[in-house]
Amino acid sequence: MTDFLVILLSTILVNNFVLVQFLGLCPFMGVSNKLETAIGMGGATTFVLTLASICSYLVHTWILVPLQLEFLRTISFILVIAVVVQFAKMFIEKTSPLLYRVLGVFLPLITTNCAVLGVALQNTTKAHTFFESSVYGFGAALGFSLVLILFSAMRERLAVADVPAPFKGAAIGMITAGLMSLAFMGFSGLV
Amino acid sequence: MLEFLSQHALPAALVALGGLALVFGAVLGFAAVRFKVEGDPIVEQLDALLPQTQCGQCGYPGCRPYAQAIANGDAINKCPPGGQTTINAIAGLLDVEAPELDAEHGEEQAVQKVALIREAECIGCTKCIQACPVDAILGAAKQMHTVIADECTGCDLCVEPCPVDCIDMVARETTLKDWQWELPSPNGNLIATDRVQGAAA
Repeated sequence: MTDFLVILLSTILVNNFVLVQFLGLCPFMGVSNKLETAIGMGGATTFVLTLASICSYLVHTWILVPLQLEFLRTISFILVIAVVVQFAKMFIEKTSPLLYRVLGVFLPLITTNCAVLGVALQNTTKAHTFFESSVYGFGAALGFSLVLILFSAMRERLAVADVPAPFKGAAIGMITAGLMSLAFMGFSGLV
Repeated sequence: MLEFLSQHALPAALVALGGLALVFGAVLGFAAVRFKVEGDPIVEQLDALLPQTQCGQCGYPGCRPYAQAIANGDAINKCPPGGQTTINAIAGLLDVEAPELDAEHGEEQAVQKVALIREAECIGCTKCIQACPVDAILGAAKQMHTVIADECTGCDLCVEPCPVDCIDMVARETTLKDWQWELPSPNGNLIATDRVQGAAA
């Protein structure tokens, strides 16, 4: 039980995928302009990342390892992620139209989120078990959502702040992200 | 078979990836059939809440186009025939705050209206027939027209085009089928304390 808590804490704060490992930066910069879209993206990513890390673990353990095809893991994980995203999109569209309206636009975007692939690949390099893999994926997604929501809250304020002209828009966003990353370095050594 | 594959990497890779792609393709194909969505279900639900007067006061040709527009993010307070009740119901469905009715599109009518053609004055021009969104007006060119009261939604659209102004909007008559008790007026003396306070003041 403590192992899982340690993994959760480590993925959310210490080894945060966005601010410490610098994965998934495109949605981090891209959909953080509004708090609502950031929450939608966070929810969709949490759903897909957890599912994708479980599926990639299964594919890796039951297909690639027995056939000694570990070198194929990148391409097969990309396949798995694309299918999981597409399947999740269809499933949500059918079962919960309201949720689909909130998440809909962001679901296809997750296919290209490198954090999803990063989690799957790190699960294999760190030789995680099944439960560790799913907790690792879930924690990574929580960490991603956390910083995305924090960052978008800051950007909403920056939009009305008196920023010097050369720093307006994406530039001040990058600087803010850098400062957040510095702040998250404070968590290193926690676990 | 498995032995052969584990010794030869190239065919093993082909079989593994091909098999994976095949299985995933089958899963997606199954999902596409199983989870097929016909139309936009949210539009259906919205359309069911709208009053189906097809009056066009919202600025759209009918209730369904307006439902579509709401699904695409239009304001939900443009339906005068539905009034506040409809706005509240839509707000409940979409989980948003219920706004007041937008006065720009018309006011909510206290009594339900129905169109009535003064038949002696009708010249049979068919203009009101073309204007009626629910085909509630009966008649032909140079023949007298009349309104099928049961079909009329009271949308007002036939009044404007009539060249001789022979169409009136009258209050719908109460029949035995739709008669109901009047609601008590909110400022009446409903309970004993009302009366005591009224007397004291």
